[in-house]
Amino acid sequence: MKRSKPTVSSANSRRRNKTVAAGLPSADGVSRTRLSLRGKDAPVSRARRDAAVVCGNGVATGSKGAPLAEIQRAVAGAIMRPLAPRWRMQPTSRTTANTFIKPNDRLTSFERLEIYNKQYWFRLVDCFYDDYPGLRAILGDRKFGRLAKAYLARYPSESFSLRNLGCHLEKFLREEPKWTAPHAELALDMARLEWAHIVAFDEATKPVIDVDDLLGKDPAKVRLGFQPYITLLDVSYPVDDLLIAAKKGSDGLRAEASNAVELSHKRAARLNFRRLKPRPLYIAVHRMNLSVYYKPLTQEQFEALRALQRGATLDKACAKAERAKPVAVQKWFQAWASFGWFCRW
Amino acid sequence: MPANPFNNFTDYGIGIGLRVPHYQHILSKKPVVDWFEIISENFMVDGGRPLYVLDQILEQYRVVQHGVAAYFGSADKLNREHLKRLKSLVKRTKTPWLSDHLCWGSVDGRFTHDLLPMPYTREAAEITARKIREARDFLEVPVVVENVSSYAEFHVSEMTEWEFLTEVVEKADCGILLDVNNIYVSAMNHNFNPYDYVNNIPHHRVAQFHIAGHSKYRKYILDTHDHPVIDPVWKLYARAIQLVGPTATLLEWDAHIPSFDEVHHEALKANRFIRELAPA
Repeated sequence: MKRSKPTVSSANSRRRNKTVAAGLPSADGVSRTRLSLRGKDAPVSRARRDAAVVCGNGVATGSKGAPLAEIQRAVAGAIMRPLAPRWRMQPTSRTTANTFIKPNDRLTSFERLEIYNKQYWFRLVDCFYDDYPGLRAILGDRKFGRLAKAYLARYPSESFSLRNLGCHLEKFLREEPKWTAPHAELALDMARLEWAHIVAFDEATKPVIDVDDLLGKDPAKVRLGFQPYITLLDVSYPVDDLLIAAKKGSDGLRAEASNAVELSHKRAARLNFRRLKPRPLYIAVHRMNLSVYYKPLTQEQFEALRALQRGATLDKACAKAERAKPVAVQKWFQAWASFGWFCRW
Repeated sequence: MPANPFNNFTDYGIGIGLRVPHYQHILSKKPVVDWFEIISENFMVDGGRPLYVLDQILEQYRVVQHGVAAYFGSADKLNREHLKRLKSLVKRTKTPWLSDHLCWGSVDGRFTHDLLPMPYTREAAEITARKIREARDFLEVPVVVENVSSYAEFHVSEMTEWEFLTEVVEKADCGILLDVNNIYVSAMNHNFNPYDYVNNIPHHRVAQFHIAGHSKYRKYILDTHDHPVIDPVWKLYARAIQLVGPTATLLEWDAHIPSFDEVHHEALKANRFIRELAPA
């Protein structure tokens, strides 16, 4: 059995909640070249339609008396709406800005709301850059940025933690492969591996069971639970090596907590994958001694483990490895148990 | 006034934010620090390195939780999943008080991950205070709320920010985490006198201070937490200390983070004001 590959970032903590007092590029000329925003508009809220009473000078005062929920729905709609080209807020948000936001002697209502609109996109895309260095290396900064914005417009965060930002990415890439064409399959493999890495980093560890505890039990009745931090992957490309190379060539994953958005990233480490041939690969992404590992598996090992993970009894899982000698299968299970992979079903 | 019900009658001194670049230094050198503030949400996970590091820190230091996602000011109901995880962390850290922001940031279950300014209305104060009370009752620990820095104001506002803060904390009967840098940033962005803010809040409710650096742009100031504290903010802090008394103070430094010693040295400057200016 091959040794697992320790990952480059395994010794580092991952950044999660990066909330925010600020740090966005200003309207004064600081800009981030990686953002060129396009995407679908957020739905126009009822508050925006109903509460706005635009005066002759273009300043609306119709928010008086609007309930808090309606104000927040309208303003959040504008903040989460994708930016227009040149990092500006969409002109369609002007009515919302005028309706709800006061201008001052230096900034219009539009410019003040735009600060939050920019901040929202810079922060979330920034997190995406940190979480998906491999995907970024495959696509390049510009294409990755477009993908991130399209994904986040389609699947805004529904979690209090930025850790979960990419939880729908695999689904999105299957739904809309145009964002990663002509490397859709490779990109999908990489996205799955990078999400598995996130899961392996901080999912729970349940009390392990020892293989000796199973002695004398009927394999036709034994089911084994799997540690929540383990993901079994079957991929078409050797993305484990690719991700390790990408992390070596980039600035790696950054600090865990921050209250500011940094203004620039090192450029993505572009990987030379053009000559990369598809090669089916089976990997268990897991954690040991707090580090994340990518453990290569044979197809039979993968099938046996996947059967267990899906709730098959021990005898049915072992049947997936019928071509292997029983002694070998026994050693596999001993090794997996020594990694602490099994817990109560 | 070294201790009050809102900081659980503790006297914590000068703390700094626990940040990843300093982990190795802290765990290996074990520097003397009064306390560390953690971002709660970064440790609201089920396992792995974050909780391991936290447990190591807890063996050596006092830790206070500071949250960024409770969104007491959102019209949405409190997020029960968030609260449950928060309570689990409270049990782990034994934080004497728990802070989060007087802001909103989620709508209909979607999160902006920002600290958005409130419309200063009576309705908003009522909703926010009710949610703070609910959270405190569930978490069984004093809850304090922090004023945020802001770049926008609402037409609909019926009062000043400090009047709104006062109304919320009085209705909720909770404490204040007074961020003097945020007051300064908002004062510059909204053309008010920051001393009016500091002078006109219920001082007996201040459980903790935040100090930090910021960045100045042509038309507004951004709260970037990436610089030392500037003199006008130290002066504002001095005034707050005169009014409130020596109270737990934390320096925030979250971007372009320098060495641990540099951050700690900057934080300890607060001691001078506490020694010289605090009422006897």
